[in-house]
Amino acid sequence: MNPDIQKERERATFTAEQLTYVLDGGRHKTKKRRLMEKIIFHDPDLQCPDHSFLSKNESFNAATKHSIMMEKKIQKHKIKSDEDKAMFRMIASRRKDTISLPVHHLMFRPTIVGQGTEEQQRKWLPLIDNMTVIGTYAQTELGHGTFIRGLETTATFDPKTDEFVLHSPTLTSMKWWPGNLAFQSNHAIVIAQLYTKGQCHGIQPFMVQLRSLEDYRPLPGVTVGDIGPKMANNGYCNGFLKLDNVRIPRENMLMKYAKVERDGTYIKPQSMKLAYGSMVLLRVAFTKTAAEALASACTIAVRYSAVRRQTEQTPGGVEPQILDYQSQQYKLFPALAAAYAFYFASESLNNIYQQIQQEIKTGNIASMTPLHVISSGLKAFSSDVMNCGIETCRLSCGGHGYSHASGLPGLYGRATALCTVEGVNTVLYLQVAGYLMKCASMAASGQTLPDLVAYISKPPEQQWSVRNGTDIMNQAVSAYEHRAQRLVVAAAQSLQGEMTAGKAQHEAWNNSHIALIKAAKAHTHYFVVKCFVNFVRSKDLITPDNVKSVLETLCKLYVCYGIHENAGDFMQDGYISGEQIALVTNQISGLLATIRPNAVALVDAFDFKDEILGSVLGCYDGNVYQKMYEWAKQSPLNKDEVHESYYKYLKPMLQANKSKL
Amino acid sequence: MTVNPDLQKERDSATFESTELTFMLDRGADRTRRRRYIQSLALQDPDLNEVDHRFLTRDELYSSIVRRSVIIARKLKELNLTDLNDQLIYKGSALRGEGSIFAIHDLMLIPMLQSQATEKQRKKWLPMALNYDIIGTYLQTELAHGTFVRGLETTATYDPATEEFVINSPTLTSTKWWPGFLGKSVNFAVLMAQLHSKGKKYGIHSFLVPLRRFDNHQPLPGITLGDIGPKFGSAGNDNGFCRFDHVRIPRENMLSKYAKIDSDGTYHPPISDKIVYGAMVLTRVGMVAMAAGGLASGCTIAIRYSAVRRQTELTPGGIEPQILDYQSQQLKLFPQLATALALKFAARNIRDRCDQIQDDIKAGNVSTLQELHGLSSGMKAFSSLAANNGIETLRLGCGGHGYSEASGFPSLYSTVTVLVTAEGEYTVMILQCARYLVKCIAKAAGGEILPTSIAYLTEKPELKCPAKTPEDVLNLEILSNAYKHRAYRLVTEAGQQLQSLVKSGKPQHVAWNESHMYLVQATEAHCHYYTVMNFVNSIKTLEMSDSLRSVLTSLCQLYALYGIDQHAGQFAQDGYMTGQQLSMATSQIASLLTTIRPNAVNVVDAFDYPDELLKSELGRYDGNVYENMYKWAKDSPLNKTEVHDSYKYLKPMLQSKM
Repeated sequence: MNPDIQKERERATFTAEQLTYVLDGGRHKTKKRRLMEKIIFHDPDLQCPDHSFLSKNESFNAATKHSIMMEKKIQKHKIKSDEDKAMFRMIASRRKDTISLPVHHLMFRPTIVGQGTEEQQRKWLPLIDNMTVIGTYAQTELGHGTFIRGLETTATFDPKTDEFVLHSPTLTSMKWWPGNLAFQSNHAIVIAQLYTKGQCHGIQPFMVQLRSLEDYRPLPGVTVGDIGPKMANNGYCNGFLKLDNVRIPRENMLMKYAKVERDGTYIKPQSMKLAYGSMVLLRVAFTKTAAEALASACTIAVRYSAVRRQTEQTPGGVEPQILDYQSQQYKLFPALAAAYAFYFASESLNNIYQQIQQEIKTGNIASMTPLHVISSGLKAFSSDVMNCGIETCRLSCGGHGYSHASGLPGLYGRATALCTVEGVNTVLYLQVAGYLMKCASMAASGQTLPDLVAYISKPPEQQWSVRNGTDIMNQAVSAYEHRAQRLVVAAAQSLQGEMTAGKAQHEAWNNSHIALIKAAKAHTHYFVVKCFVNFVRSKDLITPDNVKSVLETLCKLYVCYGIHENAGDFMQDGYISGEQIALVTNQISGLLATIRPNAVALVDAFDFKDEILGSVLGCYDGNVYQKMYEWAKQSPLNKDEVHESYYKYLKPMLQANKSKL
Repeated sequence: MTVNPDLQKERDSATFESTELTFMLDRGADRTRRRRYIQSLALQDPDLNEVDHRFLTRDELYSSIVRRSVIIARKLKELNLTDLNDQLIYKGSALRGEGSIFAIHDLMLIPMLQSQATEKQRKKWLPMALNYDIIGTYLQTELAHGTFVRGLETTATYDPATEEFVINSPTLTSTKWWPGFLGKSVNFAVLMAQLHSKGKKYGIHSFLVPLRRFDNHQPLPGITLGDIGPKFGSAGNDNGFCRFDHVRIPRENMLSKYAKIDSDGTYHPPISDKIVYGAMVLTRVGMVAMAAGGLASGCTIAIRYSAVRRQTELTPGGIEPQILDYQSQQLKLFPQLATALALKFAARNIRDRCDQIQDDIKAGNVSTLQELHGLSSGMKAFSSLAANNGIETLRLGCGGHGYSEASGFPSLYSTVTVLVTAEGEYTVMILQCARYLVKCIAKAAGGEILPTSIAYLTEKPELKCPAKTPEDVLNLEILSNAYKHRAYRLVTEAGQQLQSLVKSGKPQHVAWNESHMYLVQATEAHCHYYTVMNFVNSIKTLEMSDSLRSVLTSLCQLYALYGIDQHAGQFAQDGYMTGQQLSMATSQIASLLTTIRPNAVNVVDAFDYPDELLKSELGRYDGNVYENMYKWAKDSPLNKTEVHDSYKYLKPMLQSKM
């Protein structure tokens, strides 16, 4: 073990292990996860190559092979519950390029469960579970993403043959991006505009076979392929799909909600509100993923900063660990605090979801919408912060962060996709804002609001009451609440102002985007702060006290950093004064110094095994330089001392030059 | 060429001539024509035609870079392109933005031979270098040592018995790491190592070291060489590692124009190190222009695509608008466009000063060099981070398609992000500038007169922003003064913070460290002020038509107001700006977005990037995005067969159950 990093671990004021239990949700869960990790990492069949040395083609091959092996092992170990299967896949794939069939497991199957009739489920689920049918979910098109109603693919019912005809009428209607679509899937859920009896009934899901199960060739009328290399995730092929009048039986429309009868009569679905539930869970999962990605980046950057030494401070003095520089702490610790904040926010959201499920059973669905809204906001907010945070961590590692040896380029490349998948963040913020505007007008007309948004109708506080550093934690939530409230009201006023000036509703909306997005972010930020503060203050959740006190420091940094970064929002109406801002800023430098001795333990607590982290800079034992050298030697360019391009191109030039001399 | 009608309409409805701006950015129509001519020479040469880089494996890409580097070297001679600027344009075009394997040879080795070698050394090595008999790189950074050059561990120990230096890598951490084209390409290097002679250590000096045999390219005895492995980007560059095991080179191989070693080992120190300084400054000045160019490319892609992409009906059943019409999209794109221009003007101004200062130095005046050193460090950092973050904002503004390499963004970002850490890591650069600023405050307190770019630190500050009406916050003078005030306050406060820690008894270096947060913030504000002020001055002083001036003025206003909105707290903390003024600033941003909207495509057209260099299906000049995305995807090597190789893994599983 590198002595610097050893020393860090020895002088931490708490035991990382105990915080790991908090993050995992209990010691038993940690034990279970570690047991599974042990089985997987020791299984020679489940080792995987370093994908950064592979070409896209090799990477795709390796990932496919690995995915199949994972499924075999899941059967072999008789892993039954969906949750355990997901965990096994997650660990075995190292959360990386090595996973190759996520859409099959995470979207294709759940869509059939969620939207198929019982009969349809009976037919398809066994085929899906024994991997005879491998499927994907084909929604986005070349010219259409977020706006689902704009999709162009058509499914036209033909009552003569009792079939739907699926068709891509234009270039822009080609399905584009679905994962696993290019070569692996033999079926897809295709989202298309339903036409029957000459009328369009909007988009519906259809089960379409894409490839022959005999030789895997695309079926007649089906054009399918890879959309080309991407920023990352090249072990995972996204595809395009063009359908040329492909016929499928009527039973292949998923009919749990809407239906088409034998004669082509269309039957409208009942309420869609309940379908929100699965979306909430998906977004909770995304928030957790964002938290983990940011936590991984922090793990790498903090450990490396404890090992890396640079620049003597006094002539001839020893070069300090770069973790000792305040400027380095200022890059890393706020990111670390945010990672923890998102862990706890996703955890809280999950708990609220479970609670609300109980309410729904009693027929009360009032909380469903605000929950759905905050989950959208959280997905956008956490992925935004994660995105900047990972890059800050990477850049804080200097040049070495640029090497794939650091694991950071790959991590960023994979994680940044969170900002645009399943709703581009801006669109999500605007959805949140839409709901907040409704709430603002309800509040104005004296209606009571659901818990999650009740603050909007409170009488606003005039002044933040903080006088010194010790007050801050007690007044943290109210500061963020005030800011959110003010910005929600400001956005509503902007909207109102535009309308009063005679603008049409949609124009007024568009002209207020800036204010609306600010409001949505502030609302979400407030929720995150509230979750974090409540979490560190709940006695029963965190033991022992020294763990609690470390988390409180981290939480306070999260609070102060947010105020410092968004000072204008808090000051604009005079709620927080210039002196108070100066106080908050001053607190930050103290907090950085307090966190410093616990930084390595705080990232150790995430408990990412080296196999999962995939980073030479962030390895647990801190033997960074030895490992970088070993890693570099494996580079395919080092196969021969003299690269073949020398013989082909350089040598003739050098010799021709020489003959001229 | 059939241009996408939406894009065509944008061009038709613009209020200014994009070529006027192109000429201005190139500094003259004749230079634009020259640049285009040189670009066309490279882009239209069938010998330099190239398959799409994005589809190549690393090995294939590297080979292709070597092949073209060799051809380029020959073509430059054939075409008799001797002007350095022409050469740069030609190389950049021929390699589609990748670096030539001779890049460091041309940009570092040859200049170092010219400036730091003795007459005798120059006579021996320069012809060989110019003829590419030796191909060299520059070995400085080590596995565990980057920014802090004095911490390098590689040793060059003089042996008077044989009149040789013994070059050695005493530890693993002293392994030379990162030098460009070191792994496989070069056979020669300038090496930075700790000089030891007669049992004493004399610090870092430079040495000429052959690395590979000139006849068969095998590494020389005692030298271990290799590629450091794949990276975020720059796949065509074999950045390398190198270890020396007591490798001997003759005494004449130490570059000795300044420091010298006698044959008996007596050391003669250099007179001044200012000259080395000069080369570093030049590199950093060049990087400001690169950051501006990178951001401008990103703007070109994202803005053209946003004019072509349509999404989400605004009214039920209505036509889906161009996403460029959404205020939220404009808020992502236009501040970046304004930043790209601000940085282009900043790069130009620093370049001009640089040229001027070089004349000063030649005339024996090195006082302005410090100012330029401070400014170039700060601006290298400030501009590179702005470009870095801006490009990602633009990429994300393209939604999912931005993630595909078809967009050109992944490779653009991975190229530009290097600027943040290379040649002086961001924070180190910012703190160097901070050190200069703090020194200046002390000098000013002692009554010294400060150089122009920082003279504001001695002016009496304005206490309140005078803006009263929404029109006032568009006033360029008022905006520039607001930035001046913010920089003044933050620099002064950082200096006070430092002072108070020293007074409280902390040693200087501890106080310095504990003030980092304040110092970084202050320096960023200083660079921001410089950029705003220079943008304002450029619009005032450069000759241009009224129509162009009005477009640039809007962009300059947006640049300044957006910065105020982003850092509102810093403008308000001491009461300089009121909440009401901040609200006016925010609402003016909204109107500026609308003002800029009709000219956005025309402004990016003016950057004049040929499609071959933009390498983006989304940002194509003709706007035929979807056709070309499909065409590009079909070229993906994985699509060679309808059933992929990997079916061999799927098949057994599928069939076992059927």
